This record gives sequence, C-alpha cells and structure tokens, in this order.
Amino acid sequence: MKKVMVGNHAVAWGARLARVEVISAYPITPQTQVVEKLSEMCADGTLAARFIKVESEHSAMAAVIGASATGVRAFTASSSHGLLYMHEMLHWAGGARLPVVLANINRAVGAPWNIWTDQNDSLAQRDTGWVQLYCEHNQEVVDTTIMAFKLAESLNVPVMLMLDGFYLSHTAEAVDVPDQEMVDRFLPKREAPYRLDVERPHAFGGLVKPDAYMEMRWMQQEAMREVPETLAAIETDWQRMFGRSYGAVESYRTEDAELVLVTSGTVTSTARAVVDQRRAAGERIGLLKVKMFRPFPSAQVREALTGVPCVAVLDRNVSPGHGGIFAEELRSALYDLPHAERPEVFGFVLGLGGRDITPAVIDDVIAQARAGKAPTREDIWVGVNP
Amino acid sequence: MSQIRIGDLIPENQLVTSGHLACPGCAAPLGMKLALNALGPETIVVLPACCFTIISGPWPQSSLQVPVFHTAFATGPAVASGIRAALDMQGKPDTNVLVWVGDGGTFDIGLQALSGAAERNENIIYVCYDNEAYMNTGIQRSSATPWGAWTTTTPARFPEASPKKDILGIMAAHGIPYAATATPAYPVDFVEKVTKAKAMRGTRFIHLLSPCPPGWKCGDDEGLELARMAVQSRVFPMLEVEWGTRWRLTMEHAGDPAEPYLKRQGRFRHMTAEQMGQVQREIDARWERLLRRIEAEAPASV
Repeated sequence: MKKVMVGNHAVAWGARLARVEVISAYPITPQTQVVEKLSEMCADGTLAARFIKVESEHSAMAAVIGASATGVRAFTASSSHGLLYMHEMLHWAGGARLPVVLANINRAVGAPWNIWTDQNDSLAQRDTGWVQLYCEHNQEVVDTTIMAFKLAESLNVPVMLMLDGFYLSHTAEAVDVPDQEMVDRFLPKREAPYRLDVERPHAFGGLVKPDAYMEMRWMQQEAMREVPETLAAIETDWQRMFGRSYGAVESYRTEDAELVLVTSGTVTSTARAVVDQRRAAGERIGLLKVKMFRPFPSAQVREALTGVPCVAVLDRNVSPGHGGIFAEELRSALYDLPHAERPEVFGFVLGLGGRDITPAVIDDVIAQARAGKAPTREDIWVGVNP
Repeated sequence: MSQIRIGDLIPENQLVTSGHLACPGCAAPLGMKLALNALGPETIVVLPACCFTIISGPWPQSSLQVPVFHTAFATGPAVASGIRAALDMQGKPDTNVLVWVGDGGTFDIGLQALSGAAERNENIIYVCYDNEAYMNTGIQRSSATPWGAWTTTTPARFPEASPKKDILGIMAAHGIPYAATATPAYPVDFVEKVTKAKAMRGTRFIHLLSPCPPGWKCGDDEGLELARMAVQSRVFPMLEVEWGTRWRLTMEHAGDPAEPYLKRQGRFRHMTAEQMGQVQREIDARWERLLRRIEAEAPASV
C-alpha cells in the first residue's frame, strides 16, 4: 500500500507496524507529529499500546527503560534538547542492554535557540551505547524503524534512528507501507531472555565492583561488534521480503572515482543529483552514504574508499575545537591504510542550524577539495561569513 | 501498657534476607521488610540511587527476594510507570510496583518525575524513606533536612536555614487516592497503611520517617525510640490523606515537648534554648494548622 506521508508519520507508521507495546514521549519541535500520530493510533485502536505522556524527556527514556526491562517492545522519539535531556538515561538503556528504539529528529542545539536541522544532538550521544542509523528518505525511515527493533532485540542493544528536522520530518513523500502480516513474520512478538518477573526474581543494575564492571562493558562492546553483521543479515531478510535494503554504508557511482563525497541524512539525495550531473559531464565523482555512525562501519568505509585519491566529508555538525565529527571518525578508520592507498580527507562543516545545502554548495565543496592537494586545516567551513 | 507481639499482627514473608548492607541501627531495612510483608511476593521494586542501592547488596547478590530494578536518581516514578504499563500490556494488573526512594530522590532531584507520575495517577506505590539528609554520600543537607540541623554541608555554625519541605502536602495537592506518613517505629500503623494502599488503585504515597544513627548522631539502638518521640512530640505526625481532601490522624499524639527529641541527637546539639523554643513554636503552629485542616476537610456527616 502506497501512502504519501511526512517523515514524522513514517516514524509513527514504523512503530505501529512493529507493534510497539509501550510508548513514552514528550513533545518537542520538530518531533511533535510523531507523538501526535502515535496518540491518534493508540486512541483509535489501530495500535494496541500504552502511551505514557510524561513530564520530561528524562522521564520518557526512564519509562521506556522500565517497560523494556519488563519484557515488552518500547519506543520513544525526541529531538535536540530533548535528546540531550535524556542523556543520562541513554547511558542507562545502553548499559542495561535494553532493546529500546528511539527516533531522533535531528535539530540544532542552543544557545542560541534554533529549531532547524543539524546533527549535534545525536552525535553528542555517540558514547551512550546506542546504535545510530541516519536515514535519507521516508521509505528508509519506515523500513529502518521496523528493522531497528529486529536489530535491537537480536543483540540487546538500543537503537536510535535519525531523520533531518523539517528536510525529512516535515517533507511528504510516497511511501510503500509494508504489509502488516509480513512485518509480523519478519518481527515476531518480543521474547525477552531476561526481564522483571515475579516468578523469577532477579535484581538488575545493582552495584558492580571493579572486578566485574569492565567485563560487562566488554560484553556490551562485543555486542556492538556484532552489529554490522547482524544488520546485514536483517537487511538481507528485508530485501527478500520487501525488495529494499540500504546497508550500513552505500557506495554510489564510486567506480574509478577521483573524488568521493561522504554524506549522511538528506544531503545524500542532493549529493546524488550532483554526482549524476558530474558523471554525465564525464567527471569521476562518486558518493559514499554513511548510514550507520555507531558502531562506526570502519571496515566498510575502508573497503569503499581504499585507493580513492580524494574524499570530501560533508558534516552537518561540528565538535568545537576539533572539526566535523563524521570526518574525524572517517580519518580514524582510514589511518591504517597503506599511505599510497589512503585518501586525502577534506572535512567540510556546513549546513549548521538548518542552513540549506544546495547543489551549488556541494559544487563549492568539490571545487575546494580539488583545489588543494592536501587539506590545510581539519575543518573547512562552507558558506560561513566570518 | 500491654505488650503487643508484632509477629502476630504482621504476616511474615521473609522477602528481605539477612546479610544486607545497612549501617547498624538503620531503620530502612525494617521499613522495607514491613512493606514487602504487607505487599507480598508479587511485587516489583524500583530503587533509584539512595542508601538502599547499597543496602540491597552489590551484584550478584540481592537481599530482596523480589525483582529489583536499580535506576538513576531522578527516575523512580518514571521507570515504575513504564513497568506498570508493561505489566498491564502483559495482563498482570495485580502485580504491585513499589518505588522505594530516599528523601533526596523524592524531595529534591526526583520531585518532577514524582509529580508527573502522581498527576497521571500512575498505578504505583511510592515509599519515601526519609532519613532527613543525603546520608549515603555522607550526610549532606536535602530539602527534607529540618531547620537548625547540622549536616556536613550545614556546619553547626551555619546550620540548616530552611524548614523541611511539606512533601505530604505537595503529594496530597495532586489529589492522589492515598498519601500517608508512617515510620517503622510504629510497625502496625505502617503495615496497616501499606495494606490499605495495596487494596487501592492509582498513585499511593507513603512518607516514612526512617532514623539514621550515623546522620542523626545518636546511638545505634536509639533510632526507633527517637522516631516514636518525633511522632509523640508532633514533629512528625501520623497522618493519612485520601484523594487529597480527607485528612486524618492515624493515632493519638501525646504532644510531648520537642526538646528531649532534639537533645538526644548530635545533629541538634549546637542549638540554643532559644532556638529549641523556636522549633517548639513552629511545631505547635503547624499542629494547629493541621487540626484546622482536618476539621475543615472532614467528610460531611451523612
């Protein structure tokens, strides 16, 4: 069934098709349509779930943690300051190994106030023990929301999926809504191996001393290490059942490329168009979409970029005092390559606080990357008026 | 006075085992034992950061024989809301969800989440065991610390300057089905309140005065006696409030002077006679206000 829907409603449809059992959320622009749509679905009975309308995002994450620990499928959505307010409990969900799924509508962080998109909110949650998946379009949002539960419950790790505020959250696109019966086969009811159960009482999350804490972090790390392979297997199933898959990274027209653009989120679609134009003009330019940021898909990135002379990373985020965050991680992943095969990595910071990244901006990025043999600084700011 | 055998009055479930890590004389494990005796084994306990995080025992041990979920400081009522929702989805509406939190987690950092849960009338039981300061971190003042008390952050030369926050009034103002004060020093009263709460639905709140010998600077064997003195001197009256309107005293209060209660605790030792008089005047004024409130909001006779 095809429906035209905005990204926020795509999230809600994904949660509904995944048959989430407990939702808890707090409204924040530009996430509000997610909770509005889910409220309607709960009210009209199309989604049999309890929706806990809490007084803060900190409590929203706490509530889904409680629900998930009791063994049900739990979901929340937030954005920007809401996600930052959850930070403590994001760590708790990660450490407690609870398969919660969260949709974050990427929005810039204050001060000063800004409601438009950039990725600093979610990238600030890098070390909380959550898988991070950045979506490009609304079909990918629906599909990823459902697959996120499968991934989370396979490895007992929480998963957050991201969509750009307004550019995706409020943009309507045609979406092929997966068939419920097929989704049910793909994602059966959650069977929690450990849960709060009066028949089998256990204590969860109590004090662990130095003799065992590190082993628990090791187990968490091992689960994270399994994510790429598990996600690939899940996507294979999804491809077989629904005819679509996305990958942790996607190489687009990178064969024999002299320059590869690296993107995440909606700017990927713009970059695709630019790459098509350039290819039509005979230029050897390609694109690498990085969908998964945590765990960082280092092996896939190395495979995709080995031997490429020049890489231009488009970061809609910045780590003040360092540079674009995807660029940093990408440089780290490429460091082990032999020098002759290691690309020059140009890190571009652009599009902060919702500033549009147009084809002309990407043309500028390409021109700057081509002009220099090697980058003269870690972060090259595009379109900024100092 | 006739002797009462507590064991005859309170069902014994042994849901709190020996070997817990409370300080000598701590009333919190007794409180937990009484609460779980009344609630029974079909209970899930949520423990935000508080003394009981330690008392219940480090991994892989637990002194509680019911499921326990440890969680961050401010999140007890929210985690409990999630557990409740999940239990309801699983068709287990009769499983009790007990949030067991200290005064810091209730009066201070957890108040927002508690207010949210109470406003939603979440079907949970919340016990604040109040030892009147951040005892687990080494006796720092909280908004439950009484006026004039010494703590490590309110040294005797500059003791606590604010009166204790009226948490029962705050909770009653939410109009929840049940709010009460209690203390393990009056175990029958406490168990009756938990039993009454258990039979109700919605947010049920019990403010439990829980003596802390290291923090109150009293002997290990003095805590429960001090709690009874707190009640009888009307420092901590025994109350219950239904639906935020029907206020009731649950026992006789002798109206003993507060001075002996204060003088037996090192945390008040620096107080002058004048300051003790000030405490007494405040207790008396509060008691008068309470009686007026009880009278004003008494159920109309049919």
